[in-house]
Amino acid sequence: MNELISNILIGIGLAFSFFGCLGLIRLPDIYNRLQSATKCVTLGACCILLSLVIRYGFNDIGIKALIAIPILFFTSTSGAHALLKGSHISGFKMWEKSVTDHYSDDTLGKEEETTEKT
Amino acid sequence: MRAINVLIYFLICFATWLLLTHNLGWQNLVAGSVISLLTTLVFSRYFNFDVTKMINPVRWFWMIIYIIYFIWQCVKANFDVAYRVLHPAMPIKPGIVRVNLTLQGSLARTILANSITMTPGTIAVDIIDDILYVHWIYVRYLDHDRYAYRISGKFERILKKIFE
Repeated sequence: MNELISNILIGIGLAFSFFGCLGLIRLPDIYNRLQSATKCVTLGACCILLSLVIRYGFNDIGIKALIAIPILFFTSTSGAHALLKGSHISGFKMWEKSVTDHYSDDTLGKEEETTEKT
Repeated sequence: MRAINVLIYFLICFATWLLLTHNLGWQNLVAGSVISLLTTLVFSRYFNFDVTKMINPVRWFWMIIYIIYFIWQCVKANFDVAYRVLHPAMPIKPGIVRVNLTLQGSLARTILANSITMTPGTIAVDIIDDILYVHWIYVRYLDHDRYAYRISGKFERILKKIFE
């Protein structure tokens, strides 16, 4: 029974990772690509780790896998934030059909103000 | 308050070490305490959060509610991305919007931003002063109150019950 559940979880995890990679290819710019890369790949890896917990129970392997899940959540979300902010600063354009960009409205305006003052 | 923070930080580090190594030999305990002490000396200054608040069990109850709600949102987010990626016409309308934050405290804000990254269609870009910038894959409305409620409304309400 445990074997069956953990096999199903591995299948789900692989499917979500596949959708994440597909999004990485199909979506148009870096901002949209990061959406699919962080969400899908993180949940896919978490499903695979959870299947390890179910297969081996709460011994040394299972507990390590269980601790890896929150660490993965925090590192992948902060990594996505760092990548987005970095690519915005280094001037990657958003997709031409994008609707709004309040972030560059605000930050670029401030930069111009400071250069005018100096 | 500072001493309690350092002690709690040390205990968290030591517990994580014990769970990861899964070994109660005395050598392992000594190595773990030394490494936890070093980590505490370097990093505990960033852990400025009033720990005595967390004695209240009501906050723990809301934390469990938050985790359940977060996992539900996370699963929904994955089906959302899968739908957008597999749809032949790719229904996306991306944009970066600003959301005003009413939440105080750096830890609460970090958790809010990290949660927004894992929820359907949104990903946190940056926080400047009281404004959170969010990249949204399908901008439904440009009216601030409506999208702010949709992006961070429920998370903020539950996090306020946990941290304030």
